[in-house]
Amino acid sequence: MAGPPHSAPGTHAWPGAAQARPVSAAETADLLRGTRGTVLPVGAGTKTGWAAPPASCDLVLHTGGLARVTEYLPGDLVVVAEAGVPLGSLRQLLAEHGQMLALDPPEAGATLGGIVSANASGPRRLRYGTVRDLLIGVTVVLADGTVARAGGKVVKNVAGYDLGKLYTGAHGALGVVVSTTWRLHPLPPARATVTLPVDDSEHAGRCAARLARSTLTPTAAELRWDGAGAGGELAVLFESTAASVRAQARDAVTLLGGGSTGEEPPRWFGRRPEGETVLRLAYAPSALPRVLDALDALPGGPARGTASACTGVAYAAVPPGTDLAALRAALAPYDGSAVVLGGPLTGAGSAPARTAAEHWGPTGDSFPLMTRVKDRFDPERRLSPGRLLGGL
Amino acid sequence: MTDARIDLLARRLRDRVGAAHVLTDPAQLRTYACDGLATVRVQPAVAVLAADRDAVVTTVRLCAEAGVPFVARGSGTGLSGGAVPVADGVLIVLSRLRRILAVEPDDARVEVEPGVVNLWVTREAAPHGQAYAPDPSSQQVCSIGGNVAENAGGAHCLKYGFTVNHVTGAEVVLPDGEVVHLGGTAPEHPGLDLLGAFVGSEGTLGVATRVTLRTVPAPETVRTLLLGYRTVEAAAGTVSDVIAAGIVPAAVEMMDALAIEAAEAAVRCGYPEGAAAVLVVELDGPAAEVAEQFAQVLRLAEARGAFETRVARDTAERDLIWKGRKSAFAAVGRISPAYYVQDGVIPRTRLPEILTEIGRLADGAGIRVANVFHAGDGNLHPLILFDDAVPGAEQAAEDLGFAILDLCVDAGGSITGEHGVGVEKKAKMARQFTADDLDTMHRLRCAFDPAGLANPGKLFPTPRLCGERPGVRTADDPGRDPALGEVF
Ligand SMILES: Cc1cc2nc3c(=O)[nH]c(=O)nc-3n(C[C@H](O)[C@H](O)[C@H](O)COP(=O)(O)OP(=O)(O)OC[C@H]3O[C@@H](n4cnc5c(N)ncnc54)[C@H](O)[C@@H]3O)c2cc1C
Repeated sequence: MAGPPHSAPGTHAWPGAAQARPVSAAETADLLRGTRGTVLPVGAGTKTGWAAPPASCDLVLHTGGLARVTEYLPGDLVVVAEAGVPLGSLRQLLAEHGQMLALDPPEAGATLGGIVSANASGPRRLRYGTVRDLLIGVTVVLADGTVARAGGKVVKNVAGYDLGKLYTGAHGALGVVVSTTWRLHPLPPARATVTLPVDDSEHAGRCAARLARSTLTPTAAELRWDGAGAGGELAVLFESTAASVRAQARDAVTLLGGGSTGEEPPRWFGRRPEGETVLRLAYAPSALPRVLDALDALPGGPARGTASACTGVAYAAVPPGTDLAALRAALAPYDGSAVVLGGPLTGAGSAPARTAAEHWGPTGDSFPLMTRVKDRFDPERRLSPGRLLGGL
Repeated sequence: MTDARIDLLARRLRDRVGAAHVLTDPAQLRTYACDGLATVRVQPAVAVLAADRDAVVTTVRLCAEAGVPFVARGSGTGLSGGAVPVADGVLIVLSRLRRILAVEPDDARVEVEPGVVNLWVTREAAPHGQAYAPDPSSQQVCSIGGNVAENAGGAHCLKYGFTVNHVTGAEVVLPDGEVVHLGGTAPEHPGLDLLGAFVGSEGTLGVATRVTLRTVPAPETVRTLLLGYRTVEAAAGTVSDVIAAGIVPAAVEMMDALAIEAAEAAVRCGYPEGAAAVLVVELDGPAAEVAEQFAQVLRLAEARGAFETRVARDTAERDLIWKGRKSAFAAVGRISPAYYVQDGVIPRTRLPEILTEIGRLADGAGIRVANVFHAGDGNLHPLILFDDAVPGAEQAAEDLGFAILDLCVDAGGSITGEHGVGVEKKAKMARQFTADDLDTMHRLRCAFDPAGLANPGKLFPTPRLCGERPGVRTADDPGRDPALGEVF
């Protein structure tokens, strides 16, 4: 079977691995039941580098053939779509009905299954949350070929364990996500963006705190950070009725002590920083200025990045050779973490591939429990082996 | 289970957590025999009224050593029998763990012990202009631990989400006594989202001893509207119209004529006379947005023939509108000797059709059903009225409730939107999920609790042991010993 076109060729190339492209859940199940080796599920391949390199890979399982939107109920604000459906094409379909899936990770071509498995999000997480808040049902194929569903097609549902949470961010290590069911939102009719320059980390923190404590309801508040000295820019996006976005933009300018109002957010809005080593940082939201300081203090030059200002998440391109352990230690007081995004799957030439510890950072006291979960779902450790925290 | 084993455990518990906190006297234990589902009663062998977190950890450890099952209990308001004790087991009562551990408005965070009452969290956050969004109707009594276990919802979950969307961290005592920290104050901890899986697990994966909650800013404006209709269809139609107009209200609640009658008798909420249905619609947010959407909702309601549109002018009027809705369960006691609350979910667009079908089933069974529900998200709460003095009436009510759940599943919905599966609906799990689905859920259960000691006999439809799957590599898995397996 031929692989699909990749938007990021080479990122999931694995020497000698077989390739498969099932077109249904049943075919995926057959494939897993009929083989014994290790399996690496891949969507469009845009975030393959977001987990540690696999310990081994006998088969690359492309989900691109699982490409149907199986059910769309506009009146119920619910859609069911297979894992290989690109978010972009789903977005177009939904927009025709004035609706949206309120997830906006920027990776072009990204599939729903990949977004779930990598737990990707974008600026609008401030208002709508992330995959865990929007995914209401999921179908997976386990390593032994079992096809299992969890959740359902209604937003409110507490029957049984919510396994969708478990598969979110699991990078395929517990099962291959083959179908996803989502809660949708209406497309807001109007938008306005307030942008203002940010002088230093304290200023950034002050702006974020004021917004977070206000009654304004921005859909996003993104900070571009160019490093100490250079400062950055804050872009606050309001999406609501025309009258409301006008009023809120006006109030935001007052609240933040300045800023200019336009309709569209700036070009950098929602993009990930580019660089050799890009990190996703997470921390208690009020620690934003301290996190910016930690980035500025990195030896080897300033880190550039963006922060979803009120949510406790930032993305940064750090200088080559950055001591990740030291950065993680600096973030620890804020319950912080720093996870590597990107990088090749295998070591180039004689260089070793990144270890799971380098990729994810240290494990916590729940790691033995995570191991037990992995062992129950994938006892032979066939699926994405070695890719998770602690090398699971 | 031998009495000697329990006696020994009780003695150890008295030694370790204090005799005053360990109950074994049947007369004292009677209080704890049931939760809000009063029809299922089981007296536990021992109840531990835990004084603090360490007492909980110690109790779970001693239970694990003795191989004795345990059940956590918060405020006991659960409606699916989740906190019903095990006869040969220990009930761990958490309602004395009532400390607020931290209030951090700049991180929109409140950290609490599990026995803290839901409403107290908002009380703590309110001076900082914040609120805890999940607002079950039982919020004056129910505990955060119970909310976490049931993934409790409430009227305002339509816009704000459920408990799971507002819990960022928890300290959990696993069934073997190990203490783990899931999530925290930061989002997106590396690794599996075990916190997300723990929320809603109905006490079967361990006991939460600390919970970190996310608070939300109190909205700038809140507007509440009471709408009266001549037909249920017109009310349901308005709900669909509002959603189709791209409006996400904070809450849309519906009550039918019988529920209105009961609420009126109980709390004199002044709902419009002669209404076949009322809607309570609440919008909140920035003033301009609310004003615009409120006008739109009024237009849509009038277009569906709402004969009364009452706008709350102040907090007192708003509270009165909500009082009718929030007291509806208890109020039904005014018009019937006994009642049984069901909880099912349907796709919102199928409301009129399913309500008609419920009416048909009820008429067929000769039973009165009052409908109260979270209409915005299709979460039905049929209140099934019966006379407990009449032999067989309770069974007939339960049968009708289950027939309604079948309707929900067939419509593509769920057997529970917020009350949980518990003991009450475990048989119905097999109606909603396949054997493979349930087996997969059970894998999670086995990872957390291979010996099956945490709240056994709940949630899963059939008894099963852990470690029976071929290829599970943990050779030292105690679940492999069938003697330690879950006995349902
Ligand atoms: C009048 C009335 C109205 C209600 N309205 C709503 C509503 O609007 N929305 C809604 O969602 N529910 C509602 N409920 C149901 C009930 O209040 C909720 O399920 C609530 O979350 C239960 O909390 P509790 O403290 O009473 O828990 P309990 O009944 O004591 O226990 C419920 C479950 O939680 C487990 N548990 C308790 N504490 C812990 C802990 N610390 N760790 C692990 N497991 C634990 C128990 O073992 C049990 O399985 C209502 C109930 C009543 C009586």
